[in-house]
Amino acid sequence: MRPLIIFVAAAITNNFILTYFLGLCPFLGVSARVSSAIGMGFAATFVMTMTAIITNLVDHLILRPLHLEFLQMIVFIFVIAVLVQFVEMVIKKTSPSLYKALGIFLPLITTNCIVLGLALLGAMRNYNLIENTFFGFGAGVGFTIALLLISGIREELEVRDVPKALKGAPITLIIAGLMAFAFMGFSGIISLQ
Amino acid sequence: MAQNSRKPGYELVKGFFKENPVLVQLLGICSVLAVSNTVVNSISMGVSVLFVLFFSSLVIGLIKDLIPNEVRIPAYIVVIATFVTVADLFLKAKFPDISKALGAYIPLIVVNCIILARQEAFTKKNKLLPSILDAIGMGTGYIITILLMGIIREILGFGSIFGVKIFGSWFKPILVMILPPGAFLTLAMLIGFMNFITRKSEEKKL
Repeated sequence: MRPLIIFVAAAITNNFILTYFLGLCPFLGVSARVSSAIGMGFAATFVMTMTAIITNLVDHLILRPLHLEFLQMIVFIFVIAVLVQFVEMVIKKTSPSLYKALGIFLPLITTNCIVLGLALLGAMRNYNLIENTFFGFGAGVGFTIALLLISGIREELEVRDVPKALKGAPITLIIAGLMAFAFMGFSGIISLQ
Repeated sequence: MAQNSRKPGYELVKGFFKENPVLVQLLGICSVLAVSNTVVNSISMGVSVLFVLFFSSLVIGLIKDLIPNEVRIPAYIVVIATFVTVADLFLKAKFPDISKALGAYIPLIVVNCIILARQEAFTKKNKLLPSILDAIGMGTGYIITILLMGIIREILGFGSIFGVKIFGSWFKPILVMILPPGAFLTLAMLIGFMNFITRKSEEKKL
């Protein structure tokens, strides 16, 4: 049951964008079109699930036995950079059409705080491998949901009359604030910790 | 080169408002939203970012000619990560309460877009002194923004500043201001206000 709870919590009640504010750069940058939001969402979900598995293994098999926890951050960022590069190469070889769809988003994910945040939060909460995998997958799904919702609203907003000073980022942040209100409504469903 | 002809003072001051990293360039928004619920947290986060930005620009400015262009991003990240680790361990040792309140957001300075963006956009192309001034200016601009957010949210959300109550018992705190939605709305209003001022001053010039 616990992995499932972690999954729902990461995707909905503790949505990474709307309650932890992680991954806001693509949220503001890529969210203008639904099609690019879907691409970014899938690429990020894939990378985040993989990151959750690998950083958990590195943490439990290498860093903790050697008492090198203070190196967590540097090691994690390296693992993520290598992983993204590797994923990019594999996709390029095996599925050129998928590469075309996801290609431009992959390098962006390396410097995205949501991936490193996921690795660090998972390590802080002492999740085991299965829990961490669900945590990463849930976070990715939550990211995709938030990105999709906002891109749909933003496409609609383009033809609406927004006050000039609020055009662009401010109105997106206001919408995000209202969405965060809405997501707070889910917070009673599942409590974690 | 227009960049080199600028006065050093300009490189320092431009980050405060004109090219404010958060309000104008929209960089590093995550941490501004996440830890600005009280003034103390805001200051700690702001100073940490200024520290990391200053020393990263200094070291990268010194060694940038030694780094091959193809591997510059990983090299920059190692330098940045080193100083973030220093800041993280310092806070953990000296201010455990603050370190606990800021949680994962201190290590996350590594991927804060402000720091890497300044290295890519400025330090890489400029001499050491302007780069350091630029780093101090951008760091100060970040502190100004996060402090503004912290003041607004703490006054409205807790009715206090630095943890000291400033209103009488009649004041009902607006709880939502210290929750995530309040962060989004406050930042949206600040950016909107900034856009408004910029537009007004441009209209005057025309």
